[in-house]
Amino acid sequence: MINYFKNRFLPILSIVIIIFAIWYIFTIYLNSSIQIDTYERQKIDWEFSDLVKDTMSQKKPLLPAPHQIVSEMYKTIFMIKITSKKSLIFHSYITLSSTLLGFAFGTILGIILAISIVENKAMDASLMPWIIASQTIPILAIAPMIIIILNAFGLSGLLPKALISTYLSFFPIAVGMVKGLRSPEISYLDLMYTYNSSRLNVFWKLRLPSSVPYLFASMKVAIAISLVGAIVGELPTGAVAGLGARLLTGSYFGLTIQIWSALVMAAILAGTLIFILNFISRMTLKSMGGQE
Amino acid sequence: MISVKDVDLIFETNDGPVQALSNVSLEIEEGDFVSLIGPSGCGKTTLLRTIAALEKPTSGNLMVNGLSPEDARKNRAYGYVFQAAGLYPWRNIYRNVSLPLEIMGYKKHEITRIVEKVLKLVDLTGFEKKFPWQLSGGMQQRASIARALSFDANILLMDEPFGALDEIVRDHLNEQLLKLWKTTNKTICFVTHSISEAVYLSTKIVVMSPRPGRITDIIKNTLPSDRPLEIRDSKEFLSVSQRVREGLRSGHSYE
Repeated sequence: MINYFKNRFLPILSIVIIIFAIWYIFTIYLNSSIQIDTYERQKIDWEFSDLVKDTMSQKKPLLPAPHQIVSEMYKTIFMIKITSKKSLIFHSYITLSSTLLGFAFGTILGIILAISIVENKAMDASLMPWIIASQTIPILAIAPMIIIILNAFGLSGLLPKALISTYLSFFPIAVGMVKGLRSPEISYLDLMYTYNSSRLNVFWKLRLPSSVPYLFASMKVAIAISLVGAIVGELPTGAVAGLGARLLTGSYFGLTIQIWSALVMAAILAGTLIFILNFISRMTLKSMGGQE
Repeated sequence: MISVKDVDLIFETNDGPVQALSNVSLEIEEGDFVSLIGPSGCGKTTLLRTIAALEKPTSGNLMVNGLSPEDARKNRAYGYVFQAAGLYPWRNIYRNVSLPLEIMGYKKHEITRIVEKVLKLVDLTGFEKKFPWQLSGGMQQRASIARALSFDANILLMDEPFGALDEIVRDHLNEQLLKLWKTTNKTICFVTHSISEAVYLSTKIVVMSPRPGRITDIIKNTLPSDRPLEIRDSKEFLSVSQRVREGLRSGHSYE
C-alpha cells in the first residue's frame, strides 16, 4: 500500500501539481491585459493582488482557471437535471453512445478487413493502399460530407456520427489485426502443417489466439479516436447535442469556461473508456496464460 | 518403414544454390531408434523435415509407411517434436496436448482419456491446468512429446528435442525416452549433435557431414537393449562412441 503510494500515486500527483501551478500562472498572465484594460477604463486603482484575484474570476476569460472549470462542471453535472439540454451528463451520453456504436462498427469492420487481407491473396495485394489512403483525408473535411450525404438518404442523428467514428477507428484495428494474424512463429505453423490441419483450424486455433494482444493494443487507440470522431461528427450537425455541440456553442458565444469543461469531460470519457478496455484486456490475456 | 533413396535437396538462396542434401540413402525399419548426428549445417534437420514433408527433395525417392511423405503427412503417420517445445502459450498443458486431437476430430471423451494417458506416459500428471511458462524447460519438452504421442502415429520424428536443456535434465529425459520407446513400440528418428546421446538411445546411428550434407557412416549399435545410464561407462559404449567420433572426423577430413 505504501509502496503503491510511493511508486504510482506520488509521481502522478506531483505532475498534476506542476501542471496546475503552470496553468494558474498562465491564467493570470493571459487574462491580465484585458483585466488591466478594464481597470483603466473604469479608472480603478489596482494592486497586483487584485489582478491575481480578478483574472481568475472573469466571465469570459482567455484561459479559465482550473477551479472555474471545476465549478462549471459541478454545476452542469450535479445541479441540473440530466434530461436538460444544459446538463453535461446529457451531452456526454449523446457523444458516448455514438462513440461506442462507431467503435463497435469500426472494430468489426477492421477485423473483417484484416481477415480478408491475411486469408486472401487478391485482397492482400489490393486493399491495403486504399485503407491507408482513407486515413490521409482530413476527417474535418470529410465529416460534413458524410453527414450531408447520409442525411440525403434519410439517415440522421446517431448513425451518421457513429459512422465517422467507424471511419477513423477501423484503421488501427485493421492494421493491428493484420500484424497479429501474421504473428505466429514458423514452428507453430509447421506444427499445424504436420497435423494436416485445415485452414479453418489454423485460423481458429493459431492465428486468432495469437492476434488477441495486438487486437487489444489497437482497440485502445481506436476507442480514443472514436471519441474524437464522434465530437467532430457533432460539429456540422448544427450544434444540436453532444460534447461537440457544447464546444461549438461555446465558441459562438465566447464561453471559454463551457468549452474547457466540455474538453475536460471528453478527456475524462476517453480516460475511462481506456481504463475499462485495459481491465478487459488484462482479464482476457490472463485467462490466455499471459504473464502480467 | 522409412526408405530414403538417392535424395538430393538444393535450396535456392540469394547467394546461389545450396546443396543441403546430397545423394542420401537410408533405411529405417519398424521399431528402430535412429539418430542423425553431425555438425551444424550437415543437413540432419533438413533430412528429418524432408521425411515430414516440411521440405521437398529436389530429386530421389522417399517413402514413409509405403507412401510419399506428402500422403504420409495427410494420413498423420508421424508426430513431430521441434527443437523448441513450441507449446502454444495461450493453451494450458491439457489443451496443448489435446490440440492435435481436436484438429483430427476426436470425440470429447476420447480426448480426455488420451490426454490423461499420454501425460502419464511423460510423467506430467497433475500439470494439466498449468500454462507452458509455469513449467521448466524439460517439462515443456515432455509436454511437447506427449502432444506428439497423443494421436498414436507410429513414427516419432524428433529434432534435437533436448538440445537446449542442461545435462542433468537431458540424462533424465534420455532415460525416460528410452523407456517410452520400449513401451510404445514407436519408430523414432532423432536428430542430435551429442555423441553420447546418440549412442545411448539408438539402434542405428547415422553420421552426417556438411557441405554438401551427406551420410558418411551408418553404425549399427551393438549395445544391449537394456540400458541403464551407467552403461555409458562400459567399454562397449566407448567403442561405439569412438566409431561415431571417427565417422564425424572423416567427414571433416577436407578441412
